[in-house]
Amino acid sequence: MLLIRCPYCEEERPELEFRNAGEAHIARSANMAGESDDDFEKFFFIRSNPKGIIYERWRHMHGCARFFNAVRDTVTDKFVMTYKAGEPKPAKLPGASK
Amino acid sequence: MKKYSVFAIAREAMRGHKGWEEQWSSPEPKKEYDVIIVGAGGHGLATAYYLATVHGITNVAVLEKGWLGGGNTGRNTTIIRSNYLYDESAGIYDHALKLWDGLSQELNYNVMYSARGVMMLAHNVHDIQVLKRHVHANRLNGIDNEWLSPEQAKEFCPPLNISRDARYPVVGAALQRRGGTARHDAVAWGYARGASARGVHIIQNCEVTGVKRAANGAVVGVDTTRGFIGAKKVGVVAAGHSSVIMNMAGVRMPLESYPLQALVSEPVKPVVPCVVMSNTVHAYISQSDKGELVIGAGTDQYVSYSQTGGLHILQHTLDAICEMFPIFTRMKMLRSWGGIVDVTPDRSPILAKTPVPGLYVNCGWGTGGFKATPGSGHVFAHTIAKDDPHPINAPFTIERFRTGRLIDEAAAAAVAH
Repeated sequence: MLLIRCPYCEEERPELEFRNAGEAHIARSANMAGESDDDFEKFFFIRSNPKGIIYERWRHMHGCARFFNAVRDTVTDKFVMTYKAGEPKPAKLPGASK
Repeated sequence: MKKYSVFAIAREAMRGHKGWEEQWSSPEPKKEYDVIIVGAGGHGLATAYYLATVHGITNVAVLEKGWLGGGNTGRNTTIIRSNYLYDESAGIYDHALKLWDGLSQELNYNVMYSARGVMMLAHNVHDIQVLKRHVHANRLNGIDNEWLSPEQAKEFCPPLNISRDARYPVVGAALQRRGGTARHDAVAWGYARGASARGVHIIQNCEVTGVKRAANGAVVGVDTTRGFIGAKKVGVVAAGHSSVIMNMAGVRMPLESYPLQALVSEPVKPVVPCVVMSNTVHAYISQSDKGELVIGAGTDQYVSYSQTGGLHILQHTLDAICEMFPIFTRMKMLRSWGGIVDVTPDRSPILAKTPVPGLYVNCGWGTGGFKATPGSGHVFAHTIAKDDPHPINAPFTIERFRTGRLIDEAAAAAVAH
């Protein structure tokens, strides 16, 4: 089971308290009805599914119930960092060489 | 290829078993092939086999980053059934089921297909409605599926607890008698042996690191850990890593990869005569011919390539198994493991041409690809050979996520995801 740090509660809690909510930083169009089929497919179905660093949303269901974002390595399942919803995608990751 | 038979066994017994030959050869990769298959699991090897036997295309290489059948082919719970809801799914899964029957004879290799029946339990009114809908839809598609009372279910599977005060009372069941199990490794080995005998190169420990395309966009080959290998056509059959390979060709996929776990118990005498699945409590169980109880758990909730998965997922499944089969509460579990499954948004596979000329993909089988192995390989070989899908896999395109023609087994699948 993963240990996940909620950036709102500022505590590391067991995965059972959380729900994964998929890839992060996928912006919903303000004009959904005007989206082309191609753009809707990209928004709704296409995912980066990386082998390595993923940016993803979590929700602290059985805690503060708030959504936040996390950076995790999908090979080791280790979390690099978590940050609050609405904050920009981190340009540089802590401890990253590149 | 020397044929296996009772006479061969007798002959070898007489001379100390010195005459058995390798089941498949391990040649050095050539500079170029007509077709490269990425991934030597059951689906990839079956594709190569049918390319050779049905379409006469034998200048084929199957590239495998690890060892043959070491991915999800060797990690699944070997369940075979075709009782899917939608016509398209019924078409492809029953195509596979028909090929399972007789596969051992065709391959001259005992894949131990055992039509022992797959029984799906209903625990509440909603389950009854869903499963009866499946029974009727299946029968309209010519697929056997029948409704059982709790007593009939108990008769079919004696260790089942049908007492009314069980935590998950059994209020009925749907039974597909043609469903069952097969020996997963033997499926990979049998297809590998058959393909190799017809000239297909099976190249293990050869990881694809790039997909090369010409100026006009068409595929010209793949970069591997053993150098560049040219090909006119490339078929990607890489299960959980399919989106990684497709990204190398510049194609982004509607896929997410999750760990899926399974476990086996210590071996015991025959006690579970069939496959029992419960969608609602999320557990399924069968018994291997070695005597181990084979138990399937669920996927983790997050994307991962770690091939492990969380312990609480296993505990949840074992809780359910022990409620349904109280006699197993003191069984010891021997091994557990995880495989990485690639899941599409509609929980149906993609077997199709891609926007890249010469590149084909067979992926998205999610949590239930093993059962489809022969059918998947058969129609995917057709798709590659003819550069056009077989009518059976024609609906399973990538484009369906743009057009909206989904095959939405996500909500309707007979199995929990």
